[in-house]
This record gives sequence, C-alpha cells and structure tokens, in this order.
Amino acid sequence: MSNNTISRRNFLQTSGTLTGGLLISFFIPAAAKKLGEMPTGNTMFAPNAYLNVLPDNNIKIVLSHVEMGQGVWTTLPMLIAEELDCDWNKVIVEHAPPGQPFVHTVYGLQITGGSSSTWSEFERYRNAGATARALLVQAAAQKLNVDPASCKTENGFVIAGDKRISYGELTEAASKLPPPANVQLKDKKDWNYLGKPTKRLDAKAKVNGQASFGMDVHFPGMLTAVVAHSPVFGGTVKSFDATAAKAIKGVREVVKIPTGVAVIADHFWAAKQGRDALKIEWNNGAGESFGTISQFDSYKKLATQRGTSAGKAGDVETALPKTKKQINATYEFPYLAHAPMEPLNCTVKLSGNSCEIWTGTQMPGVDQTAAATILGFKPEQVKMNIQFLGGGFGRRATPASDFVSEAVQVAKASSGKFTKLVWSREDDIRGGYYRPAFLHQVNIGIGDDGMPAAWKHTLVGQSIVAGTPFQGLIKDGVDGTSVEGVNDSPYLESIPNYNIELHSPNTPVSVLWWRSVGHTHTAFVMETLIDELAHSAGKDPVEYRRSLLKSKRHLNVLNLVAEKAGWNNPLPAGRYRGVAVHESFASYVAQVAEISIEKGQLKVHRVVCAIDCGLAVNPEGVRAQMESGIIFGLTAVLYGEIFLDKGRVKQRNFHDYKILRMNETPVIEVHIADSNEKMGGAGEPGTPPIAPAIANAIFAATGKRVRKLPLQAADLTKA
Amino acid sequence: MIKLTVNGQPFSVDVEPGMPLLWVIRDVLHLTGTKYGCGMAQCGACTVHLNGDAVRSCVTPVKRAENQTVTTIEGLSPNSTHPLQQAWIAEDVPQCGYCQSGQIMAAAVLLKENPNPTDQDIDDAMSGNICRCGTYQRVRKAIHHAAELQKQGGAQ
Repeated sequence: MSNNTISRRNFLQTSGTLTGGLLISFFIPAAAKKLGEMPTGNTMFAPNAYLNVLPDNNIKIVLSHVEMGQGVWTTLPMLIAEELDCDWNKVIVEHAPPGQPFVHTVYGLQITGGSSSTWSEFERYRNAGATARALLVQAAAQKLNVDPASCKTENGFVIAGDKRISYGELTEAASKLPPPANVQLKDKKDWNYLGKPTKRLDAKAKVNGQASFGMDVHFPGMLTAVVAHSPVFGGTVKSFDATAAKAIKGVREVVKIPTGVAVIADHFWAAKQGRDALKIEWNNGAGESFGTISQFDSYKKLATQRGTSAGKAGDVETALPKTKKQINATYEFPYLAHAPMEPLNCTVKLSGNSCEIWTGTQMPGVDQTAAATILGFKPEQVKMNIQFLGGGFGRRATPASDFVSEAVQVAKASSGKFTKLVWSREDDIRGGYYRPAFLHQVNIGIGDDGMPAAWKHTLVGQSIVAGTPFQGLIKDGVDGTSVEGVNDSPYLESIPNYNIELHSPNTPVSVLWWRSVGHTHTAFVMETLIDELAHSAGKDPVEYRRSLLKSKRHLNVLNLVAEKAGWNNPLPAGRYRGVAVHESFASYVAQVAEISIEKGQLKVHRVVCAIDCGLAVNPEGVRAQMESGIIFGLTAVLYGEIFLDKGRVKQRNFHDYKILRMNETPVIEVHIADSNEKMGGAGEPGTPPIAPAIANAIFAATGKRVRKLPLQAADLTKA
Repeated sequence: MIKLTVNGQPFSVDVEPGMPLLWVIRDVLHLTGTKYGCGMAQCGACTVHLNGDAVRSCVTPVKRAENQTVTTIEGLSPNSTHPLQQAWIAEDVPQCGYCQSGQIMAAAVLLKENPNPTDQDIDDAMSGNICRCGTYQRVRKAIHHAAELQKQGGAQ
C-alpha cells in the first residue's frame, strides 16, 4: 500500500447531504498554473466535486469534466470505484455545475480540454474514493465494535468477520465522522478497475435515444431561435425587413441582437424558414476584402521576413549556406471547422434576477461569467445545466463564449425570455472559430552524413489566444499553440543549428483550438521533412528516425509500431507504407499507414497505431480515442478546407465540407505500450501522426511530396 | 391536421404539410432521440423508419408520412434489447453518441433485409451516415455481432 497524505493545500470536507447520504467533497485551490488572465467569476458556492454514497447503495459521481465522446463519463468514475470498492453497477454519473471545487487541478479554471481529464484527476478522484471508503470502514467498525483495521471492503460492503454491512446503511453514521488526515491509496497490484478495459457507462443511453444533449432540451413555453449572421466576418446589420419572416406560420418574433437578427418561433423549422425569409442589409466592413488566396500570398511574404524567435541553437545563418545539399519547402494548411455532429445550441430562461442555461460546453464557468456580464448579474445568479456534448473537439471551449452569449442576447431581446438558440449546420460551417490557416517555410541544410546540420523554420498563422482572456499564455510574443510540435520537437536535440521564428498576423476570421491544436500542422511538417531527409540520405525512414531520436518514449512507440505493422515485410504490389511519430499532450504516438492509389483515388487500407500514454486507465477508451483521432485526422487530409473569397466562406454543409465515411475507413489496429511513465492524454494525440504517415506513404507511391492540405488530385499522380 | 402513427401510437399534428418529419418528431412530438445534423440528407443522424424503410426525416415532408407508420429509435425495442442495441453496447460503439440513433436505425433496415451482411454490404448501407467521432470500425463490428445475435434468436 502506498501512503498518500493529503497535502496542506488540499481541502477535504465531509458533510451530510439534504437527501441523506455521505458527501465527499474535495478540491485543490487553483493555486497551480493559471491560464492567463481568466475572469474569476466562478464564485458560486457549490458542494465541490463529490461522490455521494446514497442510502439506497447507489454511488453518485459528479464529474468536474464533461463527456463529449472521449469517455470521461466512464474513466473518472473508475478512479473513484477503484478506491471505494463500490458496486460498479450502482454508479450514477452527473455533470458538475460551475464552481470552484470543479476547477481543473492544473489549469486553474473549469475546463475539459488539452487531453488532460484523466491524468489531472488521477490523484483527486482516487483520494475522494479512498476517503469515502475510510469513513465507511470507520462507521462500520464503530457499529460492530471492531478495529477498523480488521475490516475489508468489497463491492459496496464493509466486511468484518462474518458480518457484512452495505455502504448505504453506513452513510448516515459516516457523514458525521471527521475526515481522515490521510488515506491509503491501493497499490497497483491490487487494482480491480484501473488498467482494465471497461465498457462505457453512457452506452445504453446513447443507443436508445435517452441521452440528453443540449439540442434535446425542451420545456413548455420555450421557443426556438435561429439567427441570421453576417455573411462576412465582422459585418453588422445596417437594416432589415422582417415582414416576410413574420408571415410564416409559427414565427412569433424577430429581434435584432449584436451578432445579427434572430427569428423566434414555435419550433426550429418555422424559425429557420423565417430566418431565410429575412431581408437584411449588412455593413460588411473590412472583412469583405479578405480571401484565402491573398491571405497565403501575404503569409508567403511574411515568411521571408524575420519573425519572433520561438527557439534557437547554434548559428543557422552561417551553417546553412555551407551545406552542399538543401531542402527548401513551403507548406500550406487551410482553416478547418470542427463540425461536431450536434450543431451548436444553447437554451436560456430569464426570470427577474435569475438566469438558467442548458447547454453542452467545455468551459461552464467561462460561459456562466459571460452570461452574467451580459445580464448585469453576478455569476451565482446564472444556473448552468450541462448536457451531453454531441462532439466538442475544441469548438465548445470558446474563450469568447460565442454561442452562449448569443443565446443570452436572444433571450434578453425576446418577449418570452425563454428561448433555445439553434445553429443550423450552415451556421456552424460558416461561423468561424476555425483551426487557423498556417504557412511554414523551412530551409534545411543537410550535412555530409545525411543528417540535418541547419534547420531554419518560419511559421505564419493567427494566434488562437491573442485578444482572448487566455492571452496570458503568450510568452515573449510567442503563442505556444502556434509552434508546439516544432520548437519542442525531439529532433532538435540532434540538430546543431536551428532557428524557429513565428509571425502571428491578425485576420477578420475567428480562430480556435481544433483537436490537437498546433500539432495538426506542425506534426505534418516535421514528420514529412524527416521522411524526406531519410530518403535524401538513402536510409530507411524508421532507421533514420532511430538515429536522430534520443527520446526513449518516441523510440519505444516507433519500434512498437514498426514491429506490429511488419515494417520490414514486403507489401503486395501497389501497396505503400508511411510512418510518423509525434508526441502531443504528453502522449507518444506512432502510426504506420498502408495505402494504394487506384484510378487517381487514395485508399487507406490499414493504420497501425502505437501509443505510450503512461498508465492507460481505461485501455478500451484509449483505443477508441486513437481510432477516433485517426479518422478525424484522415478527414482533414482528404477533405478538410474552409476557403474564403471576398470575406465569405465557400463551404456550407457536409456536401462540400466532407467528413470521412465508413466506406473510406481503414482497418485500425491500436497497440498500447506497457508503460510506467508519466501519464498523458488520449483525446488528441491520435490525430497528429496520421496526416504525415499518409503523406509519407503517398511519397512512397508517387515520389512526390505533399506540401499542402487537403490532398489535391495532382498529389496522387506519379512524379 | 395530419395523422400519423409513431412508435405504435397515433398522433394528429397541426403543421404545414411541407414541414420535415424530423421537426415534427423532435419539436412537436418531443421524441428527441432522432437528431438534426445537416438538414439536407448528408449525414443520416435523422434516420427513421417509414413503413419499415430507412428515410432521412430531415428532407421527408410530414405529408409523406400521413396515415403511415413511423418508427424512431425510441420505438426500436421496448427496453434497449434489439440485437443492434445489445451489440452496440457490447462493442462499446458510441462516443459522443449524437449520430448513433441514426446509425442504428439505418443498420436495422440493413439487417432486416440482409441478415448476414458482408463488410461490403455494411459499407454500402452505412456510408450515408456520418460519425464525426469516427466510430465506423466499431459500427461495422457491431453490425456483424448483431447479425450473430439475430441468428441466435434475438430477431425482432
């Protein structure tokens, strides 16, 4: 048994609840790393992140993180169940409201993001379970008049000799006991849940239609609103005529709000028809002169100028011209929409001096504060009800609280004060908050040994955090999310001269973190260039990486994937392989993609994936996230592009913003490294390696390098 | 008034005949298991059965369902025991879960018409349904699994 003392900065409280039962509340004050200058509005008193042992033996677990597909609804309860020894079939899960106790143990605000839920809660949730167990054991020992040390726990019972008392019977007595000063956490060898593949607790509700997403909220008296947004980023309403909209059956009201004109109706269909019937004159503003082609022209020019330093070693300017062989490459990456399956929505009810909100959000506290600010309320006057998220991928973690703010504005402007704002798919695809467009200019000087001797790397792309409450993350002029994966690349250790510079031009288009953030483009650039260097040196791409990499964990997953993919085995005629390895969110992932190109069409047959995330608390969940991340990344390789002309987005729905489908899905094999290293994430790290693995396989097939995503037909023909 | 039967229950709804069946189901009958994803038959999240055939309810005018029989995910089985629902749970298919009603309703018609589908049959039947979480590999596996369950007597 390991002895885990609750440190002084942890507060642990126990109390009886109104409904009876034992409430364990626990939190670590947000003294740890703060994310910039976050508004500190989360002052609502709440009974903290807790587990509640109910008299009926059910165990209610309140999640400080939200379920958006990544599986925390199952993984976080596993942490508590492990230490509590409860009956897994009696676990009931709920989303937490905003509140200080639910603040992220590292980030200092309530957020589900950065692939951090499991590792950041690993201690806190296990301690909560262990503390509850200790109190229940103590209560049982007193009741039976035995030494607590002689009691065991199993499946929701305290056992002393031949006596068994259920947890439910002990909750009242346990709730009156003082919490123990320290608790014993189980030794790894005694784990029953952790590290064992565990099925999702939310699966049943998601196969019978019962799972309640924000979109599914309904109350009597609630109306539905659809908003007409400016067709150009930054545009505003000059004037509008709602006559035709109001003539549509079911339309109740048309109101102007800061972001456009809202049509409020009995149901979505009437509201959308009404929205489409509006006649609006817009002030398009400066955004109208913005377009993708001119954007990349200007980015190319910027890349020739000195930027802000994001990393430097040796003397590139001197070393680069001395090399005999060089690679000069320019890469372009488009804007990408998250396009979660559940379009954005938010329900708001206003009455007197209170506001109630139902939505799926990755940052409930930030949204609560935004709503309160609009209404002139204190945050505690805004009650947040967190629904299941029909996909997040970063889109539901908007520092600007865009869709929640809009929903509050609609409710505020309406007569009924009770509206559900629903974005259509078109609103979502055209609504901004994209993965920023990026350009990389890389000049590599190759030494006589075939290894990179000098590496000059300039990135150009809009900062995600500049101008948001998170801008404190910008250090020395560098937004880390723009350069992650380049300036912390493991290859830099083996490159004597490098210079990494960043330009962060502003644009009228709003940008946001998109599953794996900067790694979406940086992994592609680094891993295709390393592949190119390998071929230039006449070396096998895996072997070449081995000679450059000093990081043990990169090497481990590279070796594992090479073995499992049969890297050295010959392929059938017409099949080609590509490999990539990349660390992101503290997890190390390598992938081998096997492709063919038939009649100009890319077919991905098989993807083998190896991950080292330290302890995989739920290996089944990690596998699912690797599969998910690979499909997400593959979609971006094949199709992902938001293109702007005259300030307007060309794409509008899934017919022209395509998503990978089942017939395009490769066989995916996931191998989890047996690892005792530091825990990392799973939601995002599966995405970065797939694009470069595919591009490297395409090179093997065609002899051509892919420099721009998504793939173009010309990329798939032989050089 | 338009009359239709949904999950065995008769309803009369006072709506425009051109209103998509999806919005009648969701916003008038308040059966919210059927989802809105695109509104133009691109994603399949709104898939329901109309007289036993899979239809995209977001582009199906309610008039087409007049005096007809509609089944939604809520009506697929009384207690989540349809072979597909059991297989979905066993294969740990859902992630965010939003598209899964549509996936299951599409798969239910496939299995009824083809009790023993190949991978190719599954791809052909299921490629109209988008899953942004990328659960396709598990969907494929779960359909095979459900076909086995169905053979063992779990047929609906």
